[in-house]
Amino acid sequence: MAAAVVDEALEARLAELRQTRGETVAIADVAGVVEALLASMTGDVTAEDVQLYKELEGLARYIHAARCEIAAINPGEIQSQFLPSASDELDAIVEATEKATNQIMDAAEVLEALEAEVSPEAAERLAQATTQIYEACTFQDITGQRITKVVRTLKIIEERVDGLVRAFDPAFDKTRAADPAAAAATTAAAPAAAGAGAAAAGGAPTKPTDEELLNGPQMADNAMRQDDIDALLASFD
Amino acid sequence: MAVDLNMRVLIVDDYKTMLRIIRNLLRQLGFTNIDEATDGSAALQLLRANGNYGLVISDWNMEPMTGLQLLREVRADAKLKMLPFIMVTAESKSENVIAAKEAGVSNYIVKPFNAETLKSKLVSVLGDF
Repeated sequence: MAAAVVDEALEARLAELRQTRGETVAIADVAGVVEALLASMTGDVTAEDVQLYKELEGLARYIHAARCEIAAINPGEIQSQFLPSASDELDAIVEATEKATNQIMDAAEVLEALEAEVSPEAAERLAQATTQIYEACTFQDITGQRITKVVRTLKIIEERVDGLVRAFDPAFDKTRAADPAAAAATTAAAPAAAGAGAAAAGGAPTKPTDEELLNGPQMADNAMRQDDIDALLASFD
Repeated sequence: MAVDLNMRVLIVDDYKTMLRIIRNLLRQLGFTNIDEATDGSAALQLLRANGNYGLVISDWNMEPMTGLQLLREVRADAKLKMLPFIMVTAESKSENVIAAKEAGVSNYIVKPFNAETLKSKLVSVLGDF
């Protein structure tokens, strides 16, 4: 079989796929193309044909192996159980720390109210101690924001898993339709993922959009300290 | 001139605990007239309904209206544009500080912060007290 004939067959099959599926083609369809090409390779073959055959055979094996591996890790279970469960656990942490912080604040306010009933020296010490308690309680806000970032990341992972399942399982959309809650969760994650994609696209440096400015707390190594912020602000004067 | 500790202060944050912390710290510094809002749009309503606020202390990351949007609205409002506005936020990237400064922020505090930092920024914006 001549290479030109293979090219024509391949082009025809690809054109058909583009027409029916657009630019997004399921992995199963790619495998179908490869298998159809292999089946069509009969009659006299050249050395180039043999090489092409080997490469196509390797591609087919790779696709089959990948499908088996994806099926083995059970992405549907990750998506339907593990990720929502992890999000719930993280939400529970936020709730628990908020409750504990408010209890600490209640106690600190009781101590603060005692300032009027004690000597000025003791009142001063009480004021210092309660101020330190209030300062320490700001951890809850930071903790909550950090956990919110993690939950947002989980949503993006969920979306990626969603795409993976869709690519390897043609019946995915039917399964998905039976679980509207999961579908809603993925839709909610889409804007965040779109923003990340835009940022990763590169190109000329542009002014960040308001959405891109919502980064939340930075890790200590990356965060600007108050002194750095003061210096930056002063540079405008 | 000493700061009027009876001035009306509006603190804006979507974390109720943070509102409580800032309120208590301000009270310890002597401020007595403190209102709260949990997002930019609620804050803007209060500011427009009561034209006698002397200071806004706002978080950035809130919904539906962020602190940055609130700041822009305040600076675009003829009656509010001179209002001192301090951003108190966990957003600590330089691009955030620059965006806030360009929008007209009076000062910027990164969370977590301590009472001394809050006091020094209040002095910087309002004067000694």
